[in-house]
Amino acid sequence: MTQRIYLDHAATTPVDPEVMEAMRPYFTEKFGNASSPHAFSREARAAIDEARQQVAQLIGAQPDEIVFTSGGTESDNFALIGTAFRWRDKGKRIVISAIEHHAITHTAKFLQREMGFEVVAVPVDKHGVVSPEDVAKQLTDDTVLVSVMMANNEIGTIEPIADIARVVRARGIVFHTDAVQAVGQVPVNVNALGVDLLTLTAHKFYGPKGIGALFIRRGTRMFSLLHGGEQERGRRAGTENVPGIVGLGKACAIAQRDMAASSARLTALRDRLIRGIMERIPDVRLNGHPTERLPNNVHICVKGVAGEVMQMNLDLAGIAVSIGSACTSGALEPSHVLQAIGVPREWVRGPLRLTLGRDNTEEDVDRTVEELARIVTRLQQVRRS
Amino acid sequence: MKSRVLAAMSGGVDSSVAAALLVREGYEVIGVTYKPYVPPQADPFAPPRFGGCCTVGEVEDARRVAMRLGIPHYVLNMSADFEETVIADFIREYARGRTPNPCVRCNQFIKFAALRQKAAELGCDYVATGHYARRVFDESIGKYRLLRGVDDSKDQSYVLYVLTQEQLAHSLFPLGTWRKEETRQFAAEMGWAVAHKPDSQEICFIEDNDYAKFIREREPALAQPGDIVDSAGRVIGKHAGIIHYTIGQRRGLGIASPAPLYVTRIDAARNVIQVGRREELLSSVCHASPVNWIVGEPPATPRAVTCKIRYQARRVNATLTHATEEALRLTFAEPQSAVTPGQSVVVYDGDEVLGGGTICACHDEWSEAVPAA
Repeated sequence: MTQRIYLDHAATTPVDPEVMEAMRPYFTEKFGNASSPHAFSREARAAIDEARQQVAQLIGAQPDEIVFTSGGTESDNFALIGTAFRWRDKGKRIVISAIEHHAITHTAKFLQREMGFEVVAVPVDKHGVVSPEDVAKQLTDDTVLVSVMMANNEIGTIEPIADIARVVRARGIVFHTDAVQAVGQVPVNVNALGVDLLTLTAHKFYGPKGIGALFIRRGTRMFSLLHGGEQERGRRAGTENVPGIVGLGKACAIAQRDMAASSARLTALRDRLIRGIMERIPDVRLNGHPTERLPNNVHICVKGVAGEVMQMNLDLAGIAVSIGSACTSGALEPSHVLQAIGVPREWVRGPLRLTLGRDNTEEDVDRTVEELARIVTRLQQVRRS
Repeated sequence: MKSRVLAAMSGGVDSSVAAALLVREGYEVIGVTYKPYVPPQADPFAPPRFGGCCTVGEVEDARRVAMRLGIPHYVLNMSADFEETVIADFIREYARGRTPNPCVRCNQFIKFAALRQKAAELGCDYVATGHYARRVFDESIGKYRLLRGVDDSKDQSYVLYVLTQEQLAHSLFPLGTWRKEETRQFAAEMGWAVAHKPDSQEICFIEDNDYAKFIREREPALAQPGDIVDSAGRVIGKHAGIIHYTIGQRRGLGIASPAPLYVTRIDAARNVIQVGRREELLSSVCHASPVNWIVGEPPATPRAVTCKIRYQARRVNATLTHATEEALRLTFAEPQSAVTPGQSVVVYDGDEVLGGGTICACHDEWSEAVPAA
C-alpha cells in the first residue's frame, strides 16, 4: 500500500511531538493535584499558570481571562448556557448565525425548548459570510447574547467578527465567537476582534483532545456550567486536566512561533489543490469564500455524485477526507451550512472537505487530485450504466 | 489480485464469518453495515436499543470484526431507500389485510439493489452476504441457479427467490456449503464474541415484535375497530383493527366459544375479521403474484415440485399447475393450513429454487376477486 494521506485536519490533528514531550511528565512523576498544599501540587499549579500565560498570549488576552474546559463543545455550552441563565431576567433572545457548529445550534435549541428562549439565526450570503448589518437588524432590547463563529468548520469562510462585535457590543449585548477552527491557524486577537467570549480547542492545532478554553473578558458576567470545587477561580469546577492544559499551552506557543510561515505554506498548497480540482474534475464547484477562507480549507461539491461515496473511494485509496463536519457524517440531511449558502439541489449531496496540515506536501495534493479525478470519472460512468 | 467485494456485515455471526472466508480466499473485502431504519429521533436519555439489526450494538460488533480482519468498514444509512421500498410496502400490505414479508423485499430492493449500486460505486464486483444458500452457474444454459444451503435447518434460499440473473451474477454466498455449527465454531476459533450471539428472529425495524404498534404509530387510521364474523357472516365480536390480526391467529380474539376459533380471512375493504374452526384454515391451492423465476423464465407446467408457504414452514409436495411471467398456481398434495396472502410461496425442485411469488389467494374462487399487487 502506498503512503496514506491525511487531509482531514479540520476534524483533528496529530499531537506535535514537542507537545507530547511537554505533557509526558505530568502523567507520571508530576502527577499532583494542583489544589493540594504540597510540592507535588505546586509543580502542577506552576505548569497550569505557565499554560494559561501561553494561551492568553496567543489570543492577546490576560491570563485571568482564560478558563480551561474539556474542549470546544464545553466552551460553547458554557458561553451560551452560562450567559443565557445569567441574563434570563433581562431578556430571552439569542442571536446566532445560520452556519454555526452543532455545539452552538443544538445548545441554542435546548435553551429554546427547555428554557423558553427565542433563538434567531441570521442568514449568510452565498459565500457563507454573515453581514454585520443583518446581525444589527436582529438586535432587540431583550437580546442577551450573540454568537457568530470566527471561521466555518465546513466551508472555511472567515467571518468579519470585529465588525459584528462592534454592532453587538454597542448595544451592550454579550458577544461570543466559536473560534475553534481559527485559533492556531490565523491570527486571533480578542481585543482587535472586540469579543467578550471566545471558544478554542487544542486538538485542532496539534494539541491533545479533551482540552480547550473559553476566553471570558474581564467584567463579563455569566454563570458557571460545572459546579463543585474552586478550580479555575470557581468558574469551572473539576480537578484540572494538567497534562492536557500543558499540551494546550505548548500548542499555543508553537502556533504563535510558526503561524506566519505555516499559514503561507498552507495557503499555497490550498490554492494548488483548488486549481488542480477545478482543472481536472468535471462539474465541480468551490464552496466558501474565494479569499476570506482558512488557509487549509478546500470545500467542493461535485454535481450528481454522492459525497459519501467519493469519501469512501478516497479512503480505499488511502486518502482521508471528510464530507463535511466530522460530527454529522452519516446524516441523511444535507448539511445546514450548504443549505444556508444556497447550494443547488443537484450539488448539495456531493460535498467533499479537504483540509490540509503541516505534514502535507505538493505530492500529496497532486496525488489527491489524480485519485479524485479517477474516482469521479468512474462514478459518473457507473451512474450512467 | 482477486476482485473487490462488498461484504454486508450485520454484526451477526453469519455475515462476520462470510466476510472472513472471503478475506481468506484472497478477495479485497470491504465491510459495510447499513442502517435500514433509523427510528425517529427519540429522547437521547432513553436507554439505547441493543440487538436487532439497526442498533448501536450491531454496528459496533461488525466494526470490531472488520478491525480484526484488517478490512475497511463503513456504516451506510440506507433508511431513505428502506423507507420507500420496504416500510411503505409493509404498511400498505397490512392496510390491505395481508401479512407481508419485509425481509424478502429488503433483499430485493436494498441488499441486492441499493447496496449493489453502492458496491459498484466503490469498485466492487460483488455483494456478499451471510445467507445459507448456494449460487451455481449452469454452463448448459448460461445462467445462474439458486440452490438451498446445505444446512437444511438454516437454509435461507427462501428469502432470495426474488433475485434476478443480473443480481445473482454479482452476489456471493460464502456460507452456502457451511453448517451453522461450523460457522459458530469458526467464529469461536477466531475468538470473536459474536460466535455465541443468538440468531435474529424478528423483523429488524420493529421493537419487541410489536408490528401492530409500529403501524398504529405511523398510520393511526389503520387501527379502526370493526366486526368479527363467523363463517356464516354473523357478527360475533369486535376487533381492534385488522392490522392486529394474521391468518391462523388464535389468541387475542376475545370470543368465548366451545371450539377454538382462528382467523380465517381478513377483509380490509369491509374492515371485517372472519373466524372459523381449525379445518376452515385449510387450502388445497395457492395463487401468487407477482412472481420471479430464477432462470428468468417460467417453468413448463404441470410440474411436480415442493413448496414453502412461509419462511418457517416445512417444504411440502405440490404440483405447479400454472406458471407465467406474472403469476403462479400450486395445488398442494395435502391441504395446507393458514396459507396467508402477502407471504411468499417459494417453489423448489429438489435443492433448486425455481422461483416464487407473493401469495394473493388461497382458494380458486378468491383469485378473481383479489387484484394483483
